[in-house]
Amino acid sequence: MLRFLAQRLLATLPVLLVVAIIVFLILRLTPGDPAAVIAGDNATGEDLVRIREQLGLTKSVLVQFGIWIGNVLQGDLGYSYYLNKPVIDLVLQRIEPTLSLAVGTITLSVLIAVPLGALAAWRMGGWLDRFLSAFSVAGFSVPVFVTGYALIWLFAIQLDIFPVQGYRRLSQGVWPWLQQLVLPWCTLATIYVALIARVTRASVSEALTEDYVRTARAKGVSETAVLLRHALANAAVPIVTVIGIGVALLIGGVVVTETVYAIPGLGSLTVDAVLNRDFPVIQGVVLLFSVSYVAVNLLVDISYLLLDPRIRY
Amino acid sequence: MKNHFPSLWAASLALALGLLPHVAQAQAKTLKVVPHANITILDPIWTTAFVTRNHGYMIYDTLFGTDLEGKVKPQMVDTWSLSKDKLVWSFVLRDGLEFHDGKPVTSEDVVASLKRWASRDSFGGFLLKSVDSWETPNAKTFNIKLKTPFGVMLEALGKPSSNVPFIMPARIAATPGTEQIKEHIGSGPYKFNPADFKPGERVLYTKNEKYKPRSEPANGTTGGKVVNVDRVEWVIIRDPQTQFNALVAGEVDIVEQPAFEQYSSLKAQKDINILDVTPAGSQYIFRFNHLHAPFNDVRIRQAAMIALGQEAHLKTQVGTPGLFKYCRSMYPCGTPFASDKTGAYTGMANPQKAAQMLKEAGYDGTPVLLMRPTDLAAIAKLPLVAKQQLEAAGFKVDMQQMDWATLVARRAKKDAPKDGGWNAFMTAWTAGDILNPLTMAMMNTTGDKGWFGWQDDKQIDDLKVKFAQASSDADKKKIAEQIQVRAMETASHVPLGQYNNPAAARKNITGLLPAGAQVYWNVRKD
Repeated sequence: MLRFLAQRLLATLPVLLVVAIIVFLILRLTPGDPAAVIAGDNATGEDLVRIREQLGLTKSVLVQFGIWIGNVLQGDLGYSYYLNKPVIDLVLQRIEPTLSLAVGTITLSVLIAVPLGALAAWRMGGWLDRFLSAFSVAGFSVPVFVTGYALIWLFAIQLDIFPVQGYRRLSQGVWPWLQQLVLPWCTLATIYVALIARVTRASVSEALTEDYVRTARAKGVSETAVLLRHALANAAVPIVTVIGIGVALLIGGVVVTETVYAIPGLGSLTVDAVLNRDFPVIQGVVLLFSVSYVAVNLLVDISYLLLDPRIRY
Repeated sequence: MKNHFPSLWAASLALALGLLPHVAQAQAKTLKVVPHANITILDPIWTTAFVTRNHGYMIYDTLFGTDLEGKVKPQMVDTWSLSKDKLVWSFVLRDGLEFHDGKPVTSEDVVASLKRWASRDSFGGFLLKSVDSWETPNAKTFNIKLKTPFGVMLEALGKPSSNVPFIMPARIAATPGTEQIKEHIGSGPYKFNPADFKPGERVLYTKNEKYKPRSEPANGTTGGKVVNVDRVEWVIIRDPQTQFNALVAGEVDIVEQPAFEQYSSLKAQKDINILDVTPAGSQYIFRFNHLHAPFNDVRIRQAAMIALGQEAHLKTQVGTPGLFKYCRSMYPCGTPFASDKTGAYTGMANPQKAAQMLKEAGYDGTPVLLMRPTDLAAIAKLPLVAKQQLEAAGFKVDMQQMDWATLVARRAKKDAPKDGGWNAFMTAWTAGDILNPLTMAMMNTTGDKGWFGWQDDKQIDDLKVKFAQASSDADKKKIAEQIQVRAMETASHVPLGQYNNPAAARKNITGLLPAGAQVYWNVRKD
């Protein structure tokens, strides 16, 4: 196990290096000039040259990369061109809202989707199964901002139960924090419940056709035990895989929900940085996303060991 | 005996859930504003971004301000005088001016601030060319000694829009204009706490209890800056629908610039008022690249001016009646130098006449590379209309879509369009930024060193020097008009009408001031 972990961690390094090179090069090849964005409408040609020099953009790409990667290895992700703040500070400011959104959404989704999917598989063709099919189609098809606006209209404006927008940090109290997140969690959960429930249904329904389930039933094991201890347990691997993918996407890819609910997360930081050509922020955030994807994948792989005793690394 | 346990349990629960700190905080009267953009840069001299300018008005003060009629009036200055030879301006500061760190505002702070401002601002740059020396004979007095008369001194010091000559402590103003300041201490009506600044999330300002407002009523950026709330919180909400919902739900008090499509819904809300805080509004423009064909030929530029009409542009981009007006003057209508002397330009599209002018000019079909920013909703529709109107007159138009960051990078290139350059782009200016020929970027006709488009016209340059030296309002008006006539003859750019983007505020908010910028003194929250 330790050897497996060590190998995986070592394998991460070339992945991160490739990601770093790709994002660095793509940014320099993309049209757009951070100096022009920063200088504004009244800029002169001299302003642009001066700003490019200040930002180090007049150095060769190789030198720029060398400087940047050298700093990264020392834990310095650089300074935002636009915000004049360390990238790490900007990320730390946004980590709590992003993780709150991600963890809450995935928890809610798993709590709803896994039982729903398992029950739908247990009673295939029944009303729950049909409901799940319909819900999945809706969950995948309806754009997340439409769901968001609908929930805001109903629960925030008409019923005045939850706030329309914003994020309150945990340090400001658990209930205010929770209040702000219920609607965003529900909005995002529609997609993830649809996804996880469908995978659970497919996986459990396959497990229910296996010989060991027939044996368990023949031995008089209760249906609950058959479903939970035999079918679901053996169907868990693909379900956990999808949950892992969901977590990774939630960390970096929910900018629409962040925008609808005005949540200051990493997604909106990244989009703003891209639109402003804020290279250090884009580079730093992409690297962090890569690290988080690698970490999530590693956790998922480790979970396989717990879920399936046949799996050994 | 009354059973207190339930209430004791409730109190304990509230404490555990961290509700009690909220109660204390909620007692401070907080005005929640959704600014029109996310504030990222906090140095209003380093950047011309309007949201940063508005931040500047929160925490800094100015020597002079400009009222709604365009008159310049003293703010931090108490008295001033001009020598008979018009070469020495003397200013005396008001008593009791103090920075947020408790230190008094002195003439040295003022001079350092003005120097820094002038190093960045075009109007200030003009002033700087005329300055011989700066003097600070005592802590309250500063003199500006000139080499040549500068008749628009007060207009410069009272400039209402970017870059505003805000006054900072000398140690902060010593930062070169090419670098951003790191401390944000002013002497204005609000204080800024860097620890409360969360980019992309919120900015918090607290009332400066020691601020001494003037006694005159507030008017524009002049008069008494009386603060009636304890705090102002800028809440960053990008999505227009979420801004609307937050305002209707009462989670915010003011939305600075709602989307145009929302005004009819906002007007229908019983708890919301629409308030025009920038009455002179903003102006759309079409800018030519004077370096390359076809627009290096003044006759073809003039034909384009005649082809373009304000009505279609304004109705398409703004749409909502009452929020736009036709104005063919280059200086915004309603401002001191607005003029009807626009030569052949009427603001009404005339494709037939434009086609005739193109033919006479021998237009050979060279395509016009028109850049269109897809990610700026405020101006994204304009190039679609311009393309149609130019093509109706016989132009060939190659409209290229790109995001704003790509546009501003390409805009800076002097290469031919086929080599990565451009022929035309469109943008908007607030009235405060194009009030006179010295502040209007499009009238910077110094060729290579000029504004994007690089028009080279010595006549306009010479007239601008005369404008700067003129001392009477009548002379200034006459010269400004002459400059406009020349700019129209040479087709520097095309003014495409004015529009307003009023604020929306809840009905319990009163006192929101019309000014050249969004300002938050005088506001009451009942």
